[in-house]
Amino acid sequence: MKTIDLSNASVRDLNQALHDQAKHVDDREWVVTHPDGAHNLAVGVNQEVSIDIQGHAGYYCAGMNQKASVTVHGNVGVGCAENMMSGYVRVKGSASQAAGATAHGGLLVIEGDAGARCGISMKGIDIVVGGSIGHMSCFMGQAGRLVVCGDAGDALGDSLYETRIYVKGKVESLGSDCIAKEMRAEHLEELQQLLDRAGFNEKAADFKRYGSARQLYNFKVDNASAY
Amino acid sequence: MCGIVGLYLKNPKLESQLGKLFEPMLEAMTDRGPDSAGFAIYGDEVAEGWVKLTLQATTEGYDFKALVAAVEARLGCALDWFQNASAIVLKVQADEAAVRAVLAELAPSVRIMSAGQSIEILKGMGLPKEISERFGLASMKGSHIIGHTRMATESAVTMEGSHPFSTGADLCLVHNGSLSNHSRLRQNLRREGITFETENDTEVAAGYLTWRLQQGDTLKQALDKSLEDLDGFFTFAIGTRNGFAVIRDPIACKPAILAETDDYVAMASEYQALSSLPGIENAKVWEPVPATMYIWERESA
Repeated sequence: MKTIDLSNASVRDLNQALHDQAKHVDDREWVVTHPDGAHNLAVGVNQEVSIDIQGHAGYYCAGMNQKASVTVHGNVGVGCAENMMSGYVRVKGSASQAAGATAHGGLLVIEGDAGARCGISMKGIDIVVGGSIGHMSCFMGQAGRLVVCGDAGDALGDSLYETRIYVKGKVESLGSDCIAKEMRAEHLEELQQLLDRAGFNEKAADFKRYGSARQLYNFKVDNASAY
Repeated sequence: MCGIVGLYLKNPKLESQLGKLFEPMLEAMTDRGPDSAGFAIYGDEVAEGWVKLTLQATTEGYDFKALVAAVEARLGCALDWFQNASAIVLKVQADEAAVRAVLAELAPSVRIMSAGQSIEILKGMGLPKEISERFGLASMKGSHIIGHTRMATESAVTMEGSHPFSTGADLCLVHNGSLSNHSRLRQNLRREGITFETENDTEVAAGYLTWRLQQGDTLKQALDKSLEDLDGFFTFAIGTRNGFAVIRDPIACKPAILAETDDYVAMASEYQALSSLPGIENAKVWEPVPATMYIWERESA
């Protein structure tokens, strides 16, 4: 196990050491101490290593992650796991805005709440939030699944493509073209799998499903006069 | 960009360390605002019937001693003062309007940064570290303080354009964000009798709050109205005689984080600025919800 103490080492030292693992693995287990809210921790990792961040992290933590498993024992700032390609990111506390933004793959678990724009433009990532999420979440979500065990803020799933959204609590309002949908057997099954993988003791049957009404996919000739 | 920091002490035993606790918070926000910095500190209250003003000269080596002597001769009342770098704190046993009138006549180039019973606003151009050293922040005492580090986007980098802005007796505003309708709003407010010294958007927000409070709004009412009338994105921190308030625009473009322990409430643009506070590992840390006012005030001054 390799420990990097950010009260002595720089973020550049940490990230360079982690990037070097893509060529040659020195260690599978990494521990980061004294993060003190620093930005860009464990960004761009491309190797099957596990990284434990012991404290609060700043912006873009675990951004662009591939293959690595990152656990933050605290809160994260804006853009956690943004553009993640694969791997696993777990936040023990809460996340600020734009968690999992544009991400293509992997699993992001947030045990607490996530702020506004959670999963904005998500392209295949799975996001499971133990608490509630803020406004404009999943805006233009294209693929992947967003699971919320608490409530969702205003304009959930606005201009949604094919992301599937599951919410247990109250939805403040749905965005344009986002509608409640029937929960079929395959949905219950995939949701239960996601909840189990995230380690949350929840029942899929307690959730509602939301998705795209697919009314914005094509231009409607009736609207031509508006242009 | 810009950075905002605030610290409100719940435990009076910490008051002697306010500056020491706050200095690393302000300096931690250097990356967000290296142009200029400033802070409003509350404490050292003057007695009833007195007013405390912070003045800054726009030229180096300004002869404050001569100015104070002239003010004293004109007003013929008790006063006390001390100089701190380019600023002075002037305490006068008179009402604020009378002091302002005399200062406007005797020293039109001297800027009145703040007025009230408790507030002192100190600010200037330079790195946050230079500003805190210039004014001796680390040794300051008080009950609460809010500060700002500036990266200018809407107007020039000047002492006048740096934050905090005074918005009335013992009130001040710091701002992270930018307002898009400040020109029109400035015109409207000028018609209401509010004066402006800069082309700065935050000064307009401060003028707006001053105007609403003059109209009899409570701070909460004024801030609720500001959400309707100010177009743009912002996180505001507002200092009051007894505490401070935090509000974010409904879209929540600009960051803010709050932390609370038995000893203090702290706010900052980023968690980094809070990491130096004692007991922060066990503090309750959370992100304020958009368009919602958070306020902490002592019951009495």
